[in-house]
Amino acid sequence: MGTPLQHPRARGGKRHTLLVRVAHWINMFAFFGLLASGIGILVAFPELHWGETGYPGKTPWVSLGMEANFDHTAWGRNVHFLSAWALVANGLVYLLSGLIGGHFRTRLLPTRHQLSRDHIVEDIRQHLRFRTPPGGHGPDYNLLQKIAYLVVILILFPLMILTGLTMSPGVTATFPELFTLFGGRQSARTIHFIAASLLVLFVLIHVWQVILTGAAEQIRAMITGGSSATEAPE
Amino acid sequence: MTTTPNRRIFLSGLVAAGGVSLAGCRSETYLPPDYGSLFGVSDALSMGAQRLILQRQPLAREFAPSLISRGFPAIGTTLPEDDAYLRDLKTGFATWSLPVEGLVRRPLRLSLAVLKAMPARTQVTAHSCERGWTAIGQWTGVPLAHVLRLAGLRPEARYIVFDSVDGWYESLDLFDALHPQTILAHGMNGAPLPVQHGAPVRLRVERHLGYKSIKFINRIRVVESMAGISSGKGSLAAEFGYSWYAGI
Repeated sequence: MGTPLQHPRARGGKRHTLLVRVAHWINMFAFFGLLASGIGILVAFPELHWGETGYPGKTPWVSLGMEANFDHTAWGRNVHFLSAWALVANGLVYLLSGLIGGHFRTRLLPTRHQLSRDHIVEDIRQHLRFRTPPGGHGPDYNLLQKIAYLVVILILFPLMILTGLTMSPGVTATFPELFTLFGGRQSARTIHFIAASLLVLFVLIHVWQVILTGAAEQIRAMITGGSSATEAPE
Repeated sequence: MTTTPNRRIFLSGLVAAGGVSLAGCRSETYLPPDYGSLFGVSDALSMGAQRLILQRQPLAREFAPSLISRGFPAIGTTLPEDDAYLRDLKTGFATWSLPVEGLVRRPLRLSLAVLKAMPARTQVTAHSCERGWTAIGQWTGVPLAHVLRLAGLRPEARYIVFDSVDGWYESLDLFDALHPQTILAHGMNGAPLPVQHGAPVRLRVERHLGYKSIKFINRIRVVESMAGISSGKGSLAAEFGYSWYAGI
């Protein structure tokens, strides 16, 4: 495949290391736990505000246009925090190993070649044409794909955690700086919602890409690791 | 799928990690009474983590009175359907009194007049409801620590239980009960505490979500363990599935 998007396969023959695979699936379960329970928590106050305060009766920034529903707060909070602890513990292991083991450097950091102007233009052009190279050829991610992963890992998830902690009256008693950082508890709640929406958008595109590039093979590779010996038909 | 065992191993690892960090600590300040379930794992982690970062007992943020919210939703019971309560309401709680009993050296019965004559603390704080909204209010009341000092805690005292006239109950361990911002509030926004906000006296616990700040208090009990109180989960909220520890 002589396209400019292809790069030499990373080491080991496995497309995904065991740690990445385990972390991926734990993260998936935790994320869906957080998403479902997050919606359950949100609908008890289906409006968004900026600043310190926001309560029924105060004009919201955005109203979700539905009746408040209090039936999902209790289980929602329980599932949310259980999933959050799983996500944070899993994410810390993934982050540390990715930094120390070189996963981020070798797989997610754009190469010098990818950052050349010609390549950037070519990559964007390929994306705009919705031209997807076939999957099963290793985790040599293209530039926009790398940027999407890095934004999710280094910006959106940390933002979710920090805005989440800003809603905790216990945590903010010790770290009132969080209020300053986000402009108040209701601002943090609104940013939490926006970042969550972006993560959902990422997941939708991610799953769409997995389907386009061969869902069975991609999912198998994320479970077994995949190996160079059993694939690469050419 | 190979994912399920991985997840199980991970979860039991979490439990083990929680156990290690708890060793050697006084369990009542790190473990909630309602920890005996899957969600108890995350409740215990949240409470343990917060107790570690709150060890220096910081105050929740306080605001200038100019920031008091114009509206302040009243949720839960807004007028108890209790004959004795309604009679007290008519007389301005003139004959109402609050018993403080249990593991104390000097059981008390405090009238509203006596409570109002005690040293008071006024604080303007953000009320964070578990439903998601936030409003700022000003609260005036007697620090619970002052009342407990007057009653004299026995050495085995661990939890303070608050009963409400509407049948609700809540509890605090001493870590939160003795915190300076934990007050028995009899005033709100410069006026006597309105009925819908829990008159004559409600609890304010500023480092927890709103449901911990129980309204319409009519009895305070000091106990060693929550085991003998109702289901033993520490609060009626916990019996409805809300975690006893509400700092998150």
